[in-house]
Amino acid sequence: MKQLKRLLLATALTAIATTGFARDLVINANTSDPAQKLAMENLINDFEAAYPDVDVKFNLYDHEAFKVAMRNFLTSDAPDLITWNAGNRMKVFVDLGLFEDVSDVWESENLYEKMPAVVGASSVDGKQYGVPYAYYAWGFYYRKDLFEKAGITQTPTNWEEFKTMGEQLKTAGITPVTIGTKNLWPSAGWFDFLNLRINGVDFHAELMDGQVKYTDDRVKKVFATWAELVEGDFFVKNHPAYSFQEALPFMNQGDAAMYLLAPFIVSMFPEDVRKNVEWFPFPIIDESVGIYEDAPTDSFHIPVNAKNKEDARLFLRFVAQADVQTKTAGTLDMLPPNINATVKDDRFAKGGFAQLSRASGIMQFYDRDTDPALAKVGMQGFQEFMQNPDRIDDILARIEAERERIYGAL
Amino acid sequence: MTDIAFPAARPRNSFFRRNRLVIMPLLFIAPAFGMFSLFVIYPIAQSIALSFIEWQGIGPKKWIGFQNYIMLFNDPVFWKSLVNNIYWLVLFLLAPVIGLFVALYLNQKVFGIRLIKSLFFFPFVVSQVVVGLVFTWFYDPAFGLIATILKPLGLQLPSILASEDWATFGVITAGLWPQTAYCMILYLTGLNSVNPEMVEAARLDGAKGWNLLVKIVLPQLRAATFIAIVVTVIGALRSFDLVAIMTEGGPYNSSNVLAFYMYDNAIFRYRVGYAAAIATILFLIMDIYIVWFLMRLLKNEKGTR
Repeated sequence: MKQLKRLLLATALTAIATTGFARDLVINANTSDPAQKLAMENLINDFEAAYPDVDVKFNLYDHEAFKVAMRNFLTSDAPDLITWNAGNRMKVFVDLGLFEDVSDVWESENLYEKMPAVVGASSVDGKQYGVPYAYYAWGFYYRKDLFEKAGITQTPTNWEEFKTMGEQLKTAGITPVTIGTKNLWPSAGWFDFLNLRINGVDFHAELMDGQVKYTDDRVKKVFATWAELVEGDFFVKNHPAYSFQEALPFMNQGDAAMYLLAPFIVSMFPEDVRKNVEWFPFPIIDESVGIYEDAPTDSFHIPVNAKNKEDARLFLRFVAQADVQTKTAGTLDMLPPNINATVKDDRFAKGGFAQLSRASGIMQFYDRDTDPALAKVGMQGFQEFMQNPDRIDDILARIEAERERIYGAL
Repeated sequence: MTDIAFPAARPRNSFFRRNRLVIMPLLFIAPAFGMFSLFVIYPIAQSIALSFIEWQGIGPKKWIGFQNYIMLFNDPVFWKSLVNNIYWLVLFLLAPVIGLFVALYLNQKVFGIRLIKSLFFFPFVVSQVVVGLVFTWFYDPAFGLIATILKPLGLQLPSILASEDWATFGVITAGLWPQTAYCMILYLTGLNSVNPEMVEAARLDGAKGWNLLVKIVLPQLRAATFIAIVVTVIGALRSFDLVAIMTEGGPYNSSNVLAFYMYDNAIFRYRVGYAAAIATILFLIMDIYIVWFLMRLLKNEKGTR
């Protein structure tokens, strides 16, 4: 009897020991949209096929739930890898000492040369804290058939052409631009591009870092330019009532012609509309200002409290490879940051890729580049401005008050 | 069992026996009280403590005294949310009133009335999220039900959820739908226990219609009315899910309420201390109401004895 007990105990102990030695890699991700989920599952399957002794445990969260949960798991029971965004959103956690410095991965894989466009967004004080797996270009998705109906043959390249084209569309009874501002961020896309085209990337970056007043004349100029469109009825009415998806039917039904958005919108068009949809970049406003783009970057990060950092680094090296990035970005309808990767053979991906490769600099996105509290107040201000352009001075004063609370007086 | 069997085992006047009337209730309460302290009282104390701190949710905490409250009193969004909460409170009281009339109407013995009753009760069973979505679709100014009905009549509905003047009322209307159903059920149960002889007697004395309702039926429904109002007021003060689903507090905070503003600050603006200050204010408002409620309850209990 005693022998049997001892045997059982020994077996149990061995079992525990072997589970301990099996290499578990825990990944927590916020990639809950269908395409994202599929891309992530493929990525993990490929990784497990390449490294059969690593067992990946994949925990998928809804986007908003992830924001809440990550503040808990980063400090308590950290996974080995997480998905998150480059830029200020990453910097917040780097400053708190919660993200691992992975410059060694960048060096050993020579990623500085392989992913030049995203080095800045992945760095804090010259060190890298994550490895991007995909990024994407913003631009105008428009219906070619509606443009033709309004007699427009060419997409606009500068501000005057853009406004003329809008007038033509309105004459044809079509609202030029659809937008849903219930989730706030689609309006921030407009602010980013107008500011980048009018004041350039350095000013935009300073503004995002809280080093410039929102009541500055250069910011006012952005809103004055924007007001030309708002007061000219370029946007669909009642946009605060719609989420970004709910604003799409205007385009699907032929009531509106364009949408300034990111590639994830492509899969949301119905098949018959999608074949008429084309893409053009945000027009130039000031010739003397270079071409700067918003290119939000999604990346993998290792929490400082992770248990299996060695295999996490293995995963980062795997993710950075050109062929892996080709596949992942292709499934995501996004672009691979690795310059040796191939872009999906698709007019939107090709257009976005061409635009980003001639860009003189990229930013992440308003709510990824600046403090979250300021981003919220700012975006509410943009929404209010798009409904009431005459209130701009009040709105800017309010955003400035929030900026001052966070970054201090200037 | 006699004393002879265990002569010296226990003295008759043990401490436990003497204080039985105090100890027994305490023993019964203890487990519940332990849980309550751990999951309710402790978090409340913790929230109040957090309201004096500047904190992102992780990382260093900084003691800033009453700074959060000072900021709160200078924050127009806080006042807007408070005013909206008052709108909720006042307009939500329509729920018991409408509920009463629906209950009176449904309190008949006709074939199929149970089905009708359950249809009226249906909105309360549906999740608030679904109610919010359905009403959002109703209100949709371009493709929604109301707009589609009004269009052939040449009428145009203002876009309720996109308008800073109407959004709050649009959300409250959506909230009234399930709340009315709930009050209706309370009254239907109350009506079951209305003494038919009393009503009969009043009828013989010539009372009918409004008089009969106000003087004979309503007093007998006092218990139901009391609960309906209590539940409705609490529902109005903690209104959150419909706001989150239908407007996210927008457009530009015009439909915000305290509960949602607190959530927004804690989760999306990373201002946990500030959110705790809002929560504390909301807690104080609820406290005032609950004290009033307990005092009434106590008075009622004494009255019935």
